[in-house]
Amino acid sequence: MNIVKSVSAVTILGITLTGISTLITADVHDMRDAYKRPSSIPFPEENPYGAEKAELGKQLFFDPRLSRENNLTCGSCHNPSFAWEDAQATSVGTPMSRLGRHTPTVLNLAWGEIFFWDGRAETLEEQALGPIQAGGEMAQDMDLLIHELKAVPGYVESFEDVFPGEGVTPENIGKAIATYERTIVSAQAPFDAWVEGDEDAITDAAKRGFELFNTKAKCVACHDGWNFTDWGFHDIGLDDRDEGRFEVLEIDALKHSFKTPGLRNIVERAPYMHDGSLKTLEEVVDHYNDGFNARPSLSPEMVQLNLTEDEKSDLVAFLRTLSSDDPEVSLPKLPN
Amino acid sequence: MKTKYTICAGMVALSASIVTSGVALAADPVRVTQQGKQFSEKNVNLSAGQEIIFVNNDTVAHNVYTIVQGKKRDLGLQKSGEEDSITFDAAGTYRVRCAIHPKMKMVVKVD
Repeated sequence: MNIVKSVSAVTILGITLTGISTLITADVHDMRDAYKRPSSIPFPEENPYGAEKAELGKQLFFDPRLSRENNLTCGSCHNPSFAWEDAQATSVGTPMSRLGRHTPTVLNLAWGEIFFWDGRAETLEEQALGPIQAGGEMAQDMDLLIHELKAVPGYVESFEDVFPGEGVTPENIGKAIATYERTIVSAQAPFDAWVEGDEDAITDAAKRGFELFNTKAKCVACHDGWNFTDWGFHDIGLDDRDEGRFEVLEIDALKHSFKTPGLRNIVERAPYMHDGSLKTLEEVVDHYNDGFNARPSLSPEMVQLNLTEDEKSDLVAFLRTLSSDDPEVSLPKLPN
Repeated sequence: MKTKYTICAGMVALSASIVTSGVALAADPVRVTQQGKQFSEKNVNLSAGQEIIFVNNDTVAHNVYTIVQGKKRDLGLQKSGEEDSITFDAAGTYRVRCAIHPKMKMVVKVD
């Protein structure tokens, strides 16, 4: 608290001595400090990192035998070519039926709290097993899957190496996939270089957009921190009958609420929102500006923004700086 | 807040007669603030009958809830500057969370 008070005192002095522009510059520097990337990936004590475990998880993630019809992998929807989404409003599951919600990215889930759009899984390990068994998704019977994997000597050996004395179990499938998913982290983006002090890393329009993001446009109320999410649940007023988190936890404020998605590599993740209803970032900004449905459960953070066209353009320019040139993902060799 | 302090002052005056009649007094309420999308305390130990006053000092709204004796205790939407309380009457361990921001969580142990 003492440090904060000292900074405030300097800021006040800055107005007196050099005018308002000093205040803006100082504030922007303070703002961007809140977006510094973490130096390491967190792994839970119950499921610590292991290179062999992550590799096993990658094999499972990209193995179609995890689906009932042997035609879908986790990567069918969470496609690394589309920043771990699938470029569709809602994905296609089993049997070739449209799912109800847009595929969320698996980028940066190591920092997540509860999982799925509606937070129904408490851990990433639990989440990993959900779509495998969900009727409309991979539709696999877990007992049959265990039987199938135990019939593959390479998997039996790998599971025994990674989980000695336990082998192929549903829990260990979840642990392996979750470990691999935690290693999927968006790389350094131009925005990060700017946060680290490279003033030429992003354009002036993007810098103005960043300031708007943190002030007038109020995006930071939910999209905070280096991954641009509070991992919280908000009704942002989309015209949709889906009650989201409320279906899991009956609290009035949660009606029509969905988890705040992070914004890393957001350009590559169109279309947007939990229902995939908005095709472009410009549409997204228009929605937040004044296009939302003001129903009783609407998040109190949602207010009319009165952004000018230039301001909207600056916001989009800023969002485009969050894309990183991530390394290509190679498909693993699978045991057979 | 003034009301709460007034009641506490009154309790001092009444304490002699309460003790002689064998009725235990609940300890003072514990204040927990919500700021920066965090609770000010991660763990709180209470005596049965003690309450926690949850104060929203944040710039965003919160919604504190917990499960008490099998029933959801939901403080509803708390906007910036608002406060509300939960009384923990029974011994046990309770997980308190913000429904909107699930990273905000704390554990309450009641003896």
